[in-house]
Amino acid sequence: MLNSKDLLGIKELSKEEIYLFLDTAAGFKDVIGRDIKKVPALRGKTTVNLFFEPSTRTRTSFELAAKRLSTDVINFSVPTSSVIKGESLIDTALTVQALGADFIIIRHSSSGAPHLLAKKMKASVINAGDGTNEHPTQALLDAFTIKEKKGKIEGLEIAVVGDIAHSRVAKSNIYCLTKLGAKVRLIGPPTLIPKEIEELGVGIFHNMEDGVRGVDVLMMLRIQMERQDKGFFPSTEEYSKNWGLTTDRLSLAKDDAIVMHPGPMNRGIEIVSEIADGPKSVILEQVTNGIAVRMAVMYLLAGVKR
Amino acid sequence: MNIVIRNGHIIDPSQGIDGVGDIYIESGKIKEINIKSMEHGARSTGQKPQSSDVRIIDASGLLIVPGLIDMHVHLREPGFEYKETIRTGTLAAVKGGFTTVCCMPNTNPVNDHASVTEFIIRKAKQEGHCTVHPIGAITKGQKGEELAEIGTMKNEGCIAFSDDGQPVMNSAMMRRALEYSKAFKVPVISHSEDLTLSDGGVMNEGLTSVTLGLKGIPAEAEQIMIFRDILLAELTGGRLHIAHVSTAGSVHLIREAKQRGINVTAETCPHYFSITEDAVKGYNTNAKVNPPLRTSRDLEAIKDGLRDGAIDAIATDHAPHHVDEKLQPFDMAPFGISGLETALSLSLQLVREGVLTRKELVGKMTLNPAKILGLDKGFLKPGSEAELVVIDENKEFEVKSERFVSKGKNTPFEGRILKGMPVFTFCKGKLYEL
Repeated sequence: MLNSKDLLGIKELSKEEIYLFLDTAAGFKDVIGRDIKKVPALRGKTTVNLFFEPSTRTRTSFELAAKRLSTDVINFSVPTSSVIKGESLIDTALTVQALGADFIIIRHSSSGAPHLLAKKMKASVINAGDGTNEHPTQALLDAFTIKEKKGKIEGLEIAVVGDIAHSRVAKSNIYCLTKLGAKVRLIGPPTLIPKEIEELGVGIFHNMEDGVRGVDVLMMLRIQMERQDKGFFPSTEEYSKNWGLTTDRLSLAKDDAIVMHPGPMNRGIEIVSEIADGPKSVILEQVTNGIAVRMAVMYLLAGVKR
Repeated sequence: MNIVIRNGHIIDPSQGIDGVGDIYIESGKIKEINIKSMEHGARSTGQKPQSSDVRIIDASGLLIVPGLIDMHVHLREPGFEYKETIRTGTLAAVKGGFTTVCCMPNTNPVNDHASVTEFIIRKAKQEGHCTVHPIGAITKGQKGEELAEIGTMKNEGCIAFSDDGQPVMNSAMMRRALEYSKAFKVPVISHSEDLTLSDGGVMNEGLTSVTLGLKGIPAEAEQIMIFRDILLAELTGGRLHIAHVSTAGSVHLIREAKQRGINVTAETCPHYFSITEDAVKGYNTNAKVNPPLRTSRDLEAIKDGLRDGAIDAIATDHAPHHVDEKLQPFDMAPFGISGLETALSLSLQLVREGVLTRKELVGKMTLNPAKILGLDKGFLKPGSEAELVVIDENKEFEVKSERFVSKGKNTPFEGRILKGMPVFTFCKGKLYEL
């Protein structure tokens, strides 16, 4: 059913493939809700978490997903690896493969790093975030969460708010949600939304109130403090004043709107605590669903003929 | 060895020759050119060869043109011999039909001192397959802070000055360079890039850079600096040459400057009129080059600029790198394309498309760069050193980087079928059968 042994991005997936991931994840969500949260599906396989950027959430989520499928997991993170000795990315990955890895889960600050590995590896390469390109499993877990809450994705008005230009989460979500028929709008300062992105079939709003009005889903992005130094916005205070999600602004959305955030949150900057902890927030459910979705990804990739 | 090349289609824009004829080479010099049928005014010069020890080459159906002059290459020696050497780079040049190359100063040490210039020239005399003219750095260490000894380096053999690879960001420094170089009648070659705008970008800015998640370089990073340097050339009356023009806006600025009578010339490279940023898709590091590959609109504008003369010359910006350097994530791989062995074929496409006549193309690869650099070459004249190339316009070949004689296998044209290639190159008294 899947075309590739790797999951490099949503860009490369068909609508059918996305739904296959989501449907399979639903089964695994049942599994992780049980008392015994583990299945023997991939027993004997080896997963290597190859994280070249610090990450706790995504790495832990992948680690749990791999363990609940009964694979052996090794965490290979930069400070303890030979990368600091000047070994090339390719050599590191080939070494990991020689150790017997069946899954290589990679996060790297360079866009396209997983693509480079995928060409050289027999193992399944799963992109856990590459530069400002994609974070496909995040988009899948977001779609899964929306579908679970709203019953469907097609036709929904979904706003993604924040630093679109530097966000791989935003990119993957744009590809995923537009492929599934949602109407996606991007909200943020012009410095953080590349104008060409409109060609992907999304709307652009620079005014938060206009953008939030009537949406079914609000997806808030983490604002990186260091963008301020590069002149993308003058201060986090001003950013927050103009594009932070407040209860007043949220009241412009549909009554049954849900609020999402990939984490980690800057409380009081892009989102106020009342909303993050309030009834419309599905932020913690996103975290739980992440495990089910990542189990589905690994399970399905293991079945791809090569 | 004496050579007669017979029945070739001889093109020499300097003399208006464009017709079928024979060329006699004796002791490494052109002895006689005999035009039998001319398309534009018949002419026959020189004397019959005296010697009987003659190699006869039948060039029926082939072009005979002056040896190509590449005014922009990186030979990497001294300092980066693992990427390329003067020996391998000049052999790649000869294989590509070039008999003269001008090497940029971004070596290690930088060619910012007469001693480095002397080393390159000596090494090129010993090991070079073609003629090498070094281009000196404008500023010491290419740091843009202090002028290099332009006069001394010119005396040692530098024919132009450039901080290529780096712009001279400081406008006052660029102004001084354009002023000072007038005393020595040498051109200043601008690597036009506003570093504050390119700001670590790795490909053209646009939808493709957005969807690949790669940092973009806007066309304006190039255009702003070209416009600045044009204004400084106007202010100073200095000799400005713009390297590797890649955008539609740049062509427009240069065309307008020429119309205003400003002393500016410009070159582009085959990749800018052959491929677009689409070549980057899939994170192909062999398509990573600075300035970056642009859009189809830019590509067409470059062709227009070649057609109407806004762009004077075609240069390769041959930038060889080691395969391991390109086998990295896109943003970490170095910029550059190994261009010497594909340039002529890609440029001949301009003739097939009707962008340029054969004579115009030959001019942009021989006489025009020679004029820009003040070199007394780029022509086929009796009595002069024989530097020429015989070209089969119809011979097709598949680009296979493993067959490159250059150490740099970094080509975005891998696997492409190209048409037209040199079959003989004659230079430094030697016939290369390709």
